[in-house]
Amino acid sequence: MVTPNTMTEADFADGLGEMRSIVGSEWVFDQPADLNTYRDFYSVLWGEPEEKLASAAIAPASVEEVQAIVRAAGERNMPLYPISTGRNLGYGGSAPVLSGSVVLDLKRMNRVLEVNEANCSCLVEPGVSYFDMYRHLQESGSKLWLDVPDPGWGSLIGNAMDSGGGYTASGYRGHWEAVCGVEAVMADGEVLRTGMGALPGSETWQQYRMGIGPCLDGLFRQSTLGVVTKMGFYLFPQPEAHLSASVSVYRYEDLDELVEILNELEYGNVFNGMPGVGSPVLSQESPIAMAIVPEPDEMNRMVRETGLAAWRASFNFYGPEKVIAAQWEHVRDRFAHFEGVTYHAEEPVRFPLTQAQLEKVQKPRYGIPSLEIFTVGSQGFGKFNPSDGHIWFSAVIPRSGKGVIEANRVMRQACKERGLELFMLAPAVTCWTRSFVLFAAVPVYKEVEKNRHLRQSIKEIIALCGEHGWGEYRCPPAFMDAVMDAYSFSDHKLRRVNEQIKDALDPKGILSAGRYGVWPKHLREGRGA
Amino acid sequence: MRSVVVAAAVAALAFGVAQAQDGMRTGPTAPDLAEGKAVFAKWCAPCHAPNPGLAGTFALQHKYDGKVPAALENRTDLQPALVAYFVRNGVAWMPPFRPTEISDAQLAALNAYLTAPLDQRGAPAELLAEEMVQLRSEGQ
Repeated sequence: MVTPNTMTEADFADGLGEMRSIVGSEWVFDQPADLNTYRDFYSVLWGEPEEKLASAAIAPASVEEVQAIVRAAGERNMPLYPISTGRNLGYGGSAPVLSGSVVLDLKRMNRVLEVNEANCSCLVEPGVSYFDMYRHLQESGSKLWLDVPDPGWGSLIGNAMDSGGGYTASGYRGHWEAVCGVEAVMADGEVLRTGMGALPGSETWQQYRMGIGPCLDGLFRQSTLGVVTKMGFYLFPQPEAHLSASVSVYRYEDLDELVEILNELEYGNVFNGMPGVGSPVLSQESPIAMAIVPEPDEMNRMVRETGLAAWRASFNFYGPEKVIAAQWEHVRDRFAHFEGVTYHAEEPVRFPLTQAQLEKVQKPRYGIPSLEIFTVGSQGFGKFNPSDGHIWFSAVIPRSGKGVIEANRVMRQACKERGLELFMLAPAVTCWTRSFVLFAAVPVYKEVEKNRHLRQSIKEIIALCGEHGWGEYRCPPAFMDAVMDAYSFSDHKLRRVNEQIKDALDPKGILSAGRYGVWPKHLREGRGA
Repeated sequence: MRSVVVAAAVAALAFGVAQAQDGMRTGPTAPDLAEGKAVFAKWCAPCHAPNPGLAGTFALQHKYDGKVPAALENRTDLQPALVAYFVRNGVAWMPPFRPTEISDAQLAALNAYLTAPLDQRGAPAELLAEEMVQLRSEGQ
């Protein structure tokens, strides 16, 4: 059994006793069979002494219970690790960063507190999943859409706090960007509301995000500073229609200008859905893993021989059917000068969807939660070579054609040299309207030697990306210190300021120790080791 | 591209199997199985419903090559201990489910549903999206 390294066994037992008096004994888990379900199932440390394991789990049902738990933990230096639905698979799941932490499992706090149809917003608790929220909206006859990530069992709050994303319109598909209003239990047990929530009686908590003074929402993104118990979100009023279309160009040299025009169109709000940049000629082996970008002559030869486009920009439009048709016409005009350019547009989809349409569409594009994405894993993409999970590598790269090609080549070459498989490589994922992210999915197996090699390789690739100026926006717990290390400007001032804030707000260091490379004072030296 | 074509062919094969078995099950669910069916619908169906393209159904079709139904709800050979093992321990990409997601009592209800005679189980559990689209179309 793992116990917190800050506590004696007797204090730990006494602490769990106190927790049982707060939430009821059936909601405190300390037996191996139950704790087994809290392991990070895709851990790159699986079965090794360093695997990050929970010592216990506590599942409160209310804000008052969370406050009592945090106060009791503070009195005993008991490390807590809050999770929402615990489904952040590939980024840590339901396991803590500091082994021996007590997981604060917020799944039971699963109330949709408000849906405001006129304001197009909601207020929810952390245990509310995308499935739960979708059901709530549909059963209540709402006109509002939810933006969902690929797996629908995640938490609106947890996914937003880790900067997850979906596929619908800008302003909604970056889930952190759609937050309006946070309530959190701080390490001293008191409750903070951000923005207009700090003003008693305000009706504008889900309207104006900033309130007065520094915007404190940021304290709770990927952080160690509080237990978020409520969050407000903007919701997208169901549009009249959706149009999916693409522009294909046929020369290696076209990518820079293709991306420049795409950027200008997005920044100018000519389209609002999630765009994409890919390469049909380099995706022949797998539609979700771009091959290495060859030299210009070679790529242009491949294009001539296959007839496939060198590059393809995809566009999505949500809105009145007449408006999006005109927007698509404008997009076509902007690319008309490319030699040999071709266009493709799907039939516009009108809402609400029918059963027949539902079977054909990619559900997250319409805010419909599912777990269909996991089919990629069970198939091993066509080869039926299922792994035991995967981790994500997600580096922010320059939003340019040059950035896409350079990131592709560096990542492909680095993986080849280290013998790493990739079942997904997309150098230009675009949840956010102003950035490109290089996404790579790396399969994980429950084999110690493979995992040791994988960990070493990923750390080397993190450093390599850092040398190019690319940093990950999110990562699994095993790499949080290495990723934070790469953000090193001014002798790691970013981490040092985070540590100062940590010391001020959580002096005993009881909350989420080690998350994203921020450790409490007493563990800072050894980074929790 | 070849591998994708193979996958599509496997999926097409699985589709035929699942459709045939799906067709065997219609009608209402016995009242004492309703809770277990609801647990299945919420937690299992998103990957294990009869749709052959879903992760769990696809994997089990491949694993058993049609010797047992690929869709869990159509199996008649499941034992409670086996179901409980996979729910609490996971397999391949399927993670374990915590007691705050599926309680021990709900797991028992799920087991009762998955081990009941087929004719008592009624029609297969609906996927959430299908149920909701149906609901909204009825309301218009």
